[in-house]
Amino acid sequence: MTRHNNDVQQKNQNLAKKLVLIAVAMFGFGYALVPLYDVLCDVTGLNGKTNETAVAETQYPVDKNRELTIEFVTSLNKSTPMIFYSVTPKLKIHPGQYYTVNFVAENKTDKPLVAQAIPSVSPGLAAEYLKKTECFCFSQQTFAPHEKKTMPVRFVIDPKLPERYKTITLAYTFFDNTDRNQ
Amino acid sequence: MSAVIAEHDEHHDHGPAKGILRWITTTNHKDIGTMYLVFSLIMFFVGGSMALIIRAELFEPGMQFVEPQFFNSMTTMHALVMVFGAVMPAFVGLANWMIPLMIGAPDMALPRMNNMSFWMLVAGILLMASTLFMEGGGPAAGWTFYPPLVLQTGKALPFAIFAVHLLGISSIMGAINIIATIFNMRAPGMDMMKMPLFVWTWLITAFLLIAVMPVFAGAVTMLLTDRFFDTSFFDAAGGGDPVLYQHIFWFFGHPEVYIMILPTFGVASTIIPVFARKPLFGYTSMVWATGFIAFLSFIVWAHHMFTVGMPIAGELYFMYATMLIAIPTGVKIFNWTATMWKGAMTFETPMLFSIAFVVLFTLGGFTGLMMAVAPSDLQYHDTYFIVAHFHYTLVPASVFILMAAGYFWLPKWTGNMYNERIGRLHFWLSAISINILFFPQHFLGLAGMPRRIPDYAVQFADWNMISSIGAFIYGFSQLLFVYIVIDTIRGGTGKATDEVWEDASKHGLEWTLPSPTPYHTFTTPPAKIPTEHL
Repeated sequence: MTRHNNDVQQKNQNLAKKLVLIAVAMFGFGYALVPLYDVLCDVTGLNGKTNETAVAETQYPVDKNRELTIEFVTSLNKSTPMIFYSVTPKLKIHPGQYYTVNFVAENKTDKPLVAQAIPSVSPGLAAEYLKKTECFCFSQQTFAPHEKKTMPVRFVIDPKLPERYKTITLAYTFFDNTDRNQ
Repeated sequence: MSAVIAEHDEHHDHGPAKGILRWITTTNHKDIGTMYLVFSLIMFFVGGSMALIIRAELFEPGMQFVEPQFFNSMTTMHALVMVFGAVMPAFVGLANWMIPLMIGAPDMALPRMNNMSFWMLVAGILLMASTLFMEGGGPAAGWTFYPPLVLQTGKALPFAIFAVHLLGISSIMGAINIIATIFNMRAPGMDMMKMPLFVWTWLITAFLLIAVMPVFAGAVTMLLTDRFFDTSFFDAAGGGDPVLYQHIFWFFGHPEVYIMILPTFGVASTIIPVFARKPLFGYTSMVWATGFIAFLSFIVWAHHMFTVGMPIAGELYFMYATMLIAIPTGVKIFNWTATMWKGAMTFETPMLFSIAFVVLFTLGGFTGLMMAVAPSDLQYHDTYFIVAHFHYTLVPASVFILMAAGYFWLPKWTGNMYNERIGRLHFWLSAISINILFFPQHFLGLAGMPRRIPDYAVQFADWNMISSIGAFIYGFSQLLFVYIVIDTIRGGTGKATDEVWEDASKHGLEWTLPSPTPYHTFTTPPAKIPTEHL
């Protein structure tokens, strides 16, 4: 081995180490995309996510001249053994005014059931103007065997909602979380 | 192969070791390059057989040969085998063989790691293949592994994920080796802007690999923990989001398609000037275009996701950013055409494959532009149109160029000329049948036939039958290539000269070496660097 070869070998090993570090950092970057994605969705209001905890009931000026339609859609994840529907499928509302609508869910099995409802708003960018002071989706719901519950959702549409939105759809999907809680 | 190389033992004091251990323990870049190339050729036929199972089932409407689950498993495995087992390793094999020869280095920078990365590839592919025999069958949710569907995979899921890990580590090690070789092992006088384009494109590809393979490894690890360790990265019930997977996957997936195409560009830029007998047109712009394409590949991923729900601003951004890619790609196609312009062209098999590449890749690029248009993508998404698009960019582009590379360098590697007549027959059969195979799929897609289905409505019957006929002609005509390779190793049509192709030594250092290439080369750096390509 000449002196020159040893130098090159050293250089190769140093470079390889740096490149391995880049690869490891990129593995970490993949994981960093998870919180980044949530932050991005939060900041831009993309993805139609609504507030995950109750907001305080503040008073807004009610705009009686403006009327929009809000629709309620319910669905079940394939494996969730429940009956789930909205008592009011759609409602004409004024921005700034508080409304309460009821949802009904029933456990179809002979066993206790833990389920989590996941909300989604369409169009997604309208989600940040929908404020909920009360929702069964804020926490997991526990159902006794064959228990039927009526669950209220209290919400308001912020009058700052841009004029172009005429119809807003609020969708809930119930996921069976019983296994996760055992 | 060993017989051929054994002939040179007498010229060197330390030739290759004897027997099977030579191949297991070798750290010689030519041995490892050969192993990569042979392995990828075998995988090309394995993946090809899977494609023929798919095309046989789709020959007629109705269920003929296989169960739907197995059919889906075939579409998934065909893609995984072709991407990770055939195309990527084939280019790594070419890199191993040619980069040291092209830059005047005695070997790759990290020879032991080179050996390890090859055998890890074999382990990864075997692990992936073993899933086909497991309870519940192999993965069948598509090579993209979208949750929640992929989480329904049976026993195969963790094995498929670990296989992806192994393949990822293998290609990252390969990439590190290539970067170190290019940065540290260049012969004196071989400046960065004098390197052949194949070396340049591989350097950029290697950086892409290091940047995105770990992200893919992370994404599949999240799938693994979601399935077995109660995390909820992609599970809405636990606060996760399945759409997040698609973002992470395509952050890897889009650069991945350039990982398969950039070295293709490099080989085309090496072959075309030799047979046009002109320097490559626009060397500097080729380098910059490659870099620009690589950069753009990181910021366009969501054009794979136009239908999953995105605000209009997002759709517009990803649409325009994607269309930008047409600019550097157009520069490249212009340069190849300009290189041929008024050249004293001859049409040996490598040149035929390269010209077909320029024409057919352009076609694949155009359909890519069509799909970049977000509103029309809503119609094309997940139909046979996208299948036709990416097969045009992968088969008549990457695979044709790999064949061209085989014909181009085989005389240099073995010292023998291949059979030109059978080579041209192979080319014409391939070039015609590939269009019978994939062109009708555009019509099927526009008419609304979804991809990844084993049965279809009767109005799609005619074009599917034609497509399947093309598939069988293409598949079986590839056996000619195997025949030619074996025949050439055994002597072919006679000895090749050192230069092989007329005036080739002006175009690259490898042509200044004897044919066949000695086991050890450039132990002393070359005296003169060819600059014809500048």
